[in-house]
Amino acid sequence: MKKLIAFFALTLFSIKSFAEYGFNLTPGVTSISRDIYDLHMVIFWVCVVIAVVVFGVMFYSIYAHRKTKNPVAANFHENTKVELIWTLVPVLILIVMAIPATKLLIALEDTQSAELNIKITGHQWKWQYDYPKEGISFISNLAKSSKDSVSADKEKTSNTLYNTKTTAKGVENYLLEVDNPLVIPVDTSIRFLITSNDVIHSWWVPAFGVKQDANPGFINDAWAKIDEVGRYRGQCTELCGVDHAFMPVVVDVVSKEEYAKWVQSKKAEKSAVEASANQVWTKDDLMQRGKTKYEANCAACHKKDGSGLAGIFPAMIGSKIANGSAEEHIQIVLHGKTTMPAFKVLNDVDIAAIITYERNAFGNNGSVVQPSEVKAAR
Amino acid sequence: MTTDVIAEDHNHHHGPEKGIMRWIKTTNHKDIGTLYLWFAFIMLLVGGAFAMVIRLELLQPGIQLVNPDFFNQMTTMHGLIMVFGAVMPAFVGLANWLIPIMIGAPDMALPRMNNWSFWILPFAGAILLSTFFMEGGAPAFGWTFYAPLSTTFAPDSTDFFIFAIHLLGFSSIMGAINIIATVINMRAPDMKFMDMPLFVWTWFITSFLLIGAMPILAGAVTMMLTDRNFGTAFFDASGGGDPVMFQHIFWFFGHPEVYIMALPAFGIISHILPTFSRKPLFGYSSMVYAVVAIAFLSYIVWAHHMFLTGMPVAGGLYFMYATMLIAVPTGVKVFNWVATMWKGTMTFETPMLWAISFVILFTIGGLTGVMMAMTPLDVQYHDTYFIVAHFHYVLVTGSVWAIMASVYYWLPKWTGNMYNEKLANIHFWLAVVSVNVLFFPMHFLGLAGMPRRIPDYSLQFADFNMISSIGGFAFGLTFILFLYIVIDCIKNNNKATSRVWEGAKGLEWTIASPAPYHSFESPPSKEEIIKESQHFHEK
Repeated sequence: MKKLIAFFALTLFSIKSFAEYGFNLTPGVTSISRDIYDLHMVIFWVCVVIAVVVFGVMFYSIYAHRKTKNPVAANFHENTKVELIWTLVPVLILIVMAIPATKLLIALEDTQSAELNIKITGHQWKWQYDYPKEGISFISNLAKSSKDSVSADKEKTSNTLYNTKTTAKGVENYLLEVDNPLVIPVDTSIRFLITSNDVIHSWWVPAFGVKQDANPGFINDAWAKIDEVGRYRGQCTELCGVDHAFMPVVVDVVSKEEYAKWVQSKKAEKSAVEASANQVWTKDDLMQRGKTKYEANCAACHKKDGSGLAGIFPAMIGSKIANGSAEEHIQIVLHGKTTMPAFKVLNDVDIAAIITYERNAFGNNGSVVQPSEVKAAR
Repeated sequence: MTTDVIAEDHNHHHGPEKGIMRWIKTTNHKDIGTLYLWFAFIMLLVGGAFAMVIRLELLQPGIQLVNPDFFNQMTTMHGLIMVFGAVMPAFVGLANWLIPIMIGAPDMALPRMNNWSFWILPFAGAILLSTFFMEGGAPAFGWTFYAPLSTTFAPDSTDFFIFAIHLLGFSSIMGAINIIATVINMRAPDMKFMDMPLFVWTWFITSFLLIGAMPILAGAVTMMLTDRNFGTAFFDASGGGDPVMFQHIFWFFGHPEVYIMALPAFGIISHILPTFSRKPLFGYSSMVYAVVAIAFLSYIVWAHHMFLTGMPVAGGLYFMYATMLIAVPTGVKVFNWVATMWKGTMTFETPMLWAISFVILFTIGGLTGVMMAMTPLDVQYHDTYFIVAHFHYVLVTGSVWAIMASVYYWLPKWTGNMYNEKLANIHFWLAVVSVNVLFFPMHFLGLAGMPRRIPDYSLQFADFNMISSIGGFAFGLTFILFLYIVIDCIKNNNKATSRVWEGAKGLEWTIASPAPYHSFESPPSKEEIIKESQHFHEK
């Protein structure tokens, strides 16, 4: 018996140490996420107690009422009093559980006292963040380190049936790193306005207790007030197509001063780009910039080598559009076409660079497109 | 002249036709039941093979075996095949075999329609599987096929998928009509509704769920079809539609569907526990009322699958309360089962082992269900592996467990031979251990933040995924052993008695083993019905 107790004590202790390995929900860094965690733990223990009682009775019965121990079966088959008790007691337990859940849901849905609005738009397979008041807007893609590892894997899977070499292991924060994280200030009540440009996505950051579907054509909202500076990670949680696993969410929560500085630098960056959009760029500069921007924004569908996917994503190689009129090409990139999303969120220089790259890489032979042309076409 | 022919035919008690035509032309409920069960088993192996691909890909982080698009095809088809190809046909097969011999009827009420509703299935299944060979591949939008991923953004093969779903729906609706007609009209004249065994009761109620739910699914896929091909915009916001409306329609089918796969399982367990406890079922009438209550509630809780679609607070609260209510009748059933075992004289033959583990594992799935019914908690659980763990506990260790239990329980009645008890025991223990190694770690994965339906994951999820995969491969292998045991049972010559189990009650045990090709040509007597009913007890 002593041994048994020691065993259970050890198991309990080890569960505690396991917590770091991700056994359970994160308590998170907002009042809502902590309330969710607390309620989750309460309900969990209620369920454990119910399970222990029910299974305890059952196992006792299995032990004591087996044929060898209890050769003559009883014959009862109903008992109104007992049946009434085990109907009403669960009702009471459920009512007790529903009260805190109701309170928490009402708090969770109350987005009225927001100090900062951020619009989040899901695209196949990246997130776009807009700060409407500050005029900042950018796209957040899976980081290059993860992307390279995945695409190397993908190439291998199309050639060989199975290979055991896993490239993921060398990559830091594999699949949970982005090029441009969302930046928000600490201790500020933030309202997220969430929508989608194509299919349904879902924006989730476990540490904030925020998960909300992004529906095309509709805007949902959620809120968070984060207590601790830090970098928080999450993922898209609604199946949204081929690269559903490859559109993580990364949020940098910074001090209010740092946030103000970041806003300033973003604004400065924006005006610098706007200024350079009026200059004439050389083909080499456009091609160089275009390559990185293409690989970040376009390669998920049209592929790094421009081969596309037969029947779904058109190839860049020998494309009629990339080798034809620049005007049509610009229109498609800016405003989209059927399942191709609009890319007007990118600045003129980036779009010009991407288009120039698409028209001159992959053996294509199209014209050079200047940022001023893109600006004029908007 | 014609009366003479009919009269002659009536007196001519022929056995089954010879050869393959027996199976194609059969209108015999036992033959059709057998067809359904074999079809379900083959589909289980196909859907299981897809699951093996999924678990192989998830064995390690990184992409090793299949590309993400094919992975999505695998998760989609695994779900569709298991739900529509394996679990539902298996229960219909059991209904065909058992309902007539449980209510003292000579056959199903509509035998030709019965033949048709089975023979639709292989064609529907073939159409569904043929999409793998089409350009753009099979459907890859998940078994819940949310628009617009399944409309604007789906491969061309989706139209074939829609046709297959329509056919499967026809088959299910016809099966349900047949069961309702049989239960109402073909019961032995002296059998009252409250004399019916619980498997019959649960299937009777399930049939109404099928008739209510399947047309709604047909409506959803038809709207998809017109959205895709005829320029409508039911689910497209840019045309005035709403993608969330798709989810409402889908889950208005989908939630009753959950109970379509659970209620017959409850019925089966309510047969096996009393038999091996040698004691009448506890609370027969409250069991019936509980099933009716669950069936009713199943229609008014659908949006608990949609808490994060942007539901207003009032909606979130209503669907939370309504969903939590389901715990009450479900709890009544579990308590009744435990009370049935209490002070019984238990032995632990294989069907009993499956039934007991059903009660435990299904209850675990039910308890996590209560957790995720709470709207604010669902924010963290939704679309993670916690959900995957939950519905596999209720569907695999629930529905599939009940099917396994019933196969072992009634196999001697079907084949006339006893199965190999020792091998069956080994099968059970391998399955019950491996299934928990497979699904239990998924709770941890989900809580730690792993989304469902992803072919690749970040490194903190690696350990549990590997454990889960290993459990999955072991669980997959147990079905090979199961196949061997069933074939051995058909072929061995270890004759079973007509009662088979010492404590078994029910009209099906009053006929010979194997059950003769035609049974209950004259109805059982009133005394016999009462004596074999589940509420009968010696004074």
